[in-house]
Amino acid sequence: MSRPQRLPGQRPLARTLLLAAGWTLVALLGTFALDPFRNYQLALVAAYLCATAGLTVLVGASGQLSLGHAALMAVGGYGYALTSNALPFGGVARFVVALLAGALVSAVVGLLLGLAAARLSGPYLAGLTLAVVVALPAVASTWSTVLHGDQGVQTAFEGVPDALRRVIALEQWQAMVAVVVAAVVVTGLTVLRGGRFGLRMQAVRDDEVAARLSGIPAGRVKVLAFTASSVAAGLGGAVLCFVAQAVSPGAYTVGFSLLLVVAVVIGGLGSILGAALGSAVVVLLPWLIGRLTAGLPTDAAQRLDGNLAVLVFGLLLITVMALAPQGLHGALTARRRPIDEPVRTEEHTKVLVPTEEQR
Amino acid sequence: MSQRSRSIPALVATALVAAGLSACSTPEASPGVTDDTITIGTHTPLTGPAAAGYSSISAATKAYFDYVNDNGGINGRSIEYVVKDDGYNPATTQTVVRELVQEEEVFAVLNGLGTPTHSSVVDYLNENEVPDLFVASGSPQWDQPEKYPWTFAYNASYIVEAKALATYAQETWPDKTYCVLGQDDDFGTDFTTGLLTVLGGDGLASTQTYSVSVQDVVAQIGAMQAAGCEVNFLATVNGFTALALGTAAKMKYRAQWVSSSSGGDYPTLVGYLGEDVAPLLLQGFVSSNYLPFSPDDEWVTLFQQINDEYNGGAQFSGNTVFGMSVGYLFAQALAQAGEDPTRESVLDALEVGTLTGNGIVPLSFSKDSHAAFEGVGITVVDKGVQDYVGEVFTTDAGSGDVVPFTGEPVALEGDGIPTA
Repeated sequence: MSRPQRLPGQRPLARTLLLAAGWTLVALLGTFALDPFRNYQLALVAAYLCATAGLTVLVGASGQLSLGHAALMAVGGYGYALTSNALPFGGVARFVVALLAGALVSAVVGLLLGLAAARLSGPYLAGLTLAVVVALPAVASTWSTVLHGDQGVQTAFEGVPDALRRVIALEQWQAMVAVVVAAVVVTGLTVLRGGRFGLRMQAVRDDEVAARLSGIPAGRVKVLAFTASSVAAGLGGAVLCFVAQAVSPGAYTVGFSLLLVVAVVIGGLGSILGAALGSAVVVLLPWLIGRLTAGLPTDAAQRLDGNLAVLVFGLLLITVMALAPQGLHGALTARRRPIDEPVRTEEHTKVLVPTEEQR
Repeated sequence: MSQRSRSIPALVATALVAAGLSACSTPEASPGVTDDTITIGTHTPLTGPAAAGYSSISAATKAYFDYVNDNGGINGRSIEYVVKDDGYNPATTQTVVRELVQEEEVFAVLNGLGTPTHSSVVDYLNENEVPDLFVASGSPQWDQPEKYPWTFAYNASYIVEAKALATYAQETWPDKTYCVLGQDDDFGTDFTTGLLTVLGGDGLASTQTYSVSVQDVVAQIGAMQAAGCEVNFLATVNGFTALALGTAAKMKYRAQWVSSSSGGDYPTLVGYLGEDVAPLLLQGFVSSNYLPFSPDDEWVTLFQQINDEYNGGAQFSGNTVFGMSVGYLFAQALAQAGEDPTRESVLDALEVGTLTGNGIVPLSFSKDSHAAFEGVGITVVDKGVQDYVGEVFTTDAGSGDVVPFTGEPVALEGDGIPTA
């Protein structure tokens, strides 16, 4: 390391931002090469990436497991939809204000959840977060005058701005917006994790008692990590609402919430690239399966519809865990790393829930 | 150092590839018509909570198209019907409708099912000028030719139904206490709006709502019993109609039930309540309908034959008639659209207003109206048979009067395959 004052493994901020801007530009240019449906899928991947990136940082770096990120996405979606419907003006300004409102609402809910979560660990924390997702439909129907129950909240159609109408299609515009939001989320999380706060999260994850003895306010670190992750998920939900023009409890089920965790684990816990791979798998796999079963007779295809994808996700999870415990990203870097370079031990000591010996 | 040496060249290389690819433009849309086929698609729940009530509709439409195709198709083209499952989830509807339009390149979307689900794609379809025909939902929002020129409704609007049922109730049971149990979404709200238009602002003694995700209506039925309700209107889906009647029976609460057509399909209700008690619980049950449903109707006879031959003899219900009637209307529009149909020519065929469909009231399609049925007939269950009682009303979705209709239902012509 040429500059010892930097934390281990830390990049200079300017370089991180430059890289982020570069990759975002590449992704934006890439949307021109995709047909509308591919662009729509890209928008979905970007929206899911916001949530999975937040989740992977939460689980991988701070060691808190959340099974309820779908509910946090829904919170962001409802925040976006209700604000968007309440605003008197339209266009890009409405989108930005509504997006920020979605982020704010998910921050508040994430903070409250985080306060409870910081006192819990392991299965108790998982149970708490799971309960939030399970409660979502009941919350939506209890306050149905505002949240409109199972039907959910619909938002006005947000088309391509007039200036760009001739150049780009609707799906491409949605993909571009989603990519920019995802880029901001991912960059924010990278900076957060790469700096002092990231080091504190890791200290708390690896040994909470030792972290406290070193003067790290463990509780506050956990709450902040949960809040940051919640904002990321909320922004993902808001983007999804922007694309789908609707947010409803039916879109954020327990199954979907677990799928987010599966995406993070398949991609590689703690890795943001892994989160991106995981969200691509979550979007593309059901579609690919649909393509494959399209040739089957109607009643067989109908029986497999929706069920086969769950089965394949389960098999994929088991296979990845058996062959590449570090996930897809781990498998990629392991192959790329030269044999003589020593394996960074840090990656191997990452644990979800520390055992007694590790404590 | 290794980070820097890897990521910068990777970035540059990817940027170059992307720049090269960006020269390609977006592909142009194809209308899904070949010399001997025409491909259309739909989104409908085949899995999930709403599937039980509605999955038989698309199967019936497909069976009707198979029947048409076996008899030479329309203008020599066979109709390919692509059915996509959306699980009644608007986010999934978005995905599958894009698949239909962009991957399957369908000519039109036919009979997309559900208010929340279809709301999420109606802008997309109109933006892309894809005919969005005969939406399977009674929401009045599909009838907005100015805002949604490519969207045409199919169901009679919930408001029209409610106004007709309220008028029938006032004539049949004057001075009784009226109440309503409605789903807590647009369905329940619109239906209640229609009831109040006829009954007056204080016409309902109790207004109860339920949520589909909560499978219990004891509190609501109890409140209606306590309020002394004698004639109960239902804006419920079939499952909850059965639940409401069953719950009331358990509570020994007798009332006259008057249901919207969406939750008043006798064969489906028998499926929920059981063969033994259904005829007793449903005796005198009033509902509305706008499609042929009398047991001796010639349309029903034809549809039963098609159902036996092309649908594997599946249970014959109101959904079967609904699905096949939608298929018939599309075939009629296609036949009118000429030898070489385009998306515009189908639109014109609908807006000219000469299509008849097969309902008991004439279709209302015109340049200014994209509503299909602006009237319904009253049906009553008697000794296990649901049939029209002769009363048919027409009205609009606004504050217009409810007028008795004296015309004849559309008669079956030939073998039920439209010709130009």
